[in-house]
Amino acid sequence: MVLNNIKTLIEKYNNAETSLQEEAQLKAYFNGDHVAPEFEHYKPMFIYFSKSKQEQYTKDVPLNSKKTKLYQWISVAAVAVLMLGLIVPSFMGPTEEEKQEALMVYNQTMEAFSLISLGMNEGKTQLSSLALVGENIKEGAQQASKLSQFSIMTNKILKNN
Amino acid sequence: MKQADFVSLVMPFKDKVFRLAKRLLVSREEAEDATQEILLKLWKNNKKIGDYKNVEAFSMTMTKNFCLDRLKSRQAQNLKIVHNNYTDNNASLQHQVEAKDSVDWVSKIMEELPEQQKIIVQLRDIEEYDFSEIAKMLDMNETAIRVNLSRARKTIREKLTNTHQYGIK
Repeated sequence: MVLNNIKTLIEKYNNAETSLQEEAQLKAYFNGDHVAPEFEHYKPMFIYFSKSKQEQYTKDVPLNSKKTKLYQWISVAAVAVLMLGLIVPSFMGPTEEEKQEALMVYNQTMEAFSLISLGMNEGKTQLSSLALVGENIKEGAQQASKLSQFSIMTNKILKNN
Repeated sequence: MKQADFVSLVMPFKDKVFRLAKRLLVSREEAEDATQEILLKLWKNNKKIGDYKNVEAFSMTMTKNFCLDRLKSRQAQNLKIVHNNYTDNNASLQHQVEAKDSVDWVSKIMEELPEQQKIIVQLRDIEEYDFSEIAKMLDMNETAIRVNLSRARKTIREKLTNTHQYGIK
């Protein structure tokens, strides 16, 4: 009787026509100890189905999304701090002491420059005397050309004679 | 929705999500990752969650789509060694022990089924959902599901009978 019942159930089961209750019945039968030898090969299938239903997801799911948001903002804060470090001193400007120091350094450099320029001027006057020499040489050259003309003239006169 | 509410909402079916993911992705680690991803996605949309009529069915659909996407992208990758796509040719001791255990044969047989049938067997035979619920989850009609389920069950039975009688006939 039970066997016949199971047989029809399995037939229906294979055609996917069983209801959930009937499937539960089958599962109960095959999970039991008294399985008829002709259905023995179904046993692992139903045992497997029942067994794999017991598998559980054990890992934790990190749901606190607030933490991740905080981490994102940390980099922004770091950049802001960096920018402040760069901008604030430039806005504050130099202190009185620094200003005086800068003025002193400026004056010192100006002095040094004026010293150099003095030397330069001296050199320049010496250079101007050199230029005078150059002019004299030019005049001499002109006079020399006159002399050459003179000699041409004398040659011509000599030929005529 | 508070975190506690969400957890109590998700609790009843998170194992089902995980089992479906494991059925499709095979490796436990990958299934865990997938489950986590899906739960996080749900949590991100927790304001809209009240609008869904059936969060569980919605999550199962999401799981199915997510895992199929994973499988597809895995196929697109060029020979990448993941947990399950390399096989040890030398039958290890564990393998031999497993082979003896005919219950584990069923899981091996199920691995060989087409994805669609895997999902249906998982939802019906293991999670024991109604056909109407499965139809909603998979966006199929009930007749198609019955046909697929019948095919899958018959395949499992045949292979199981073969291994059961192996060495006898």
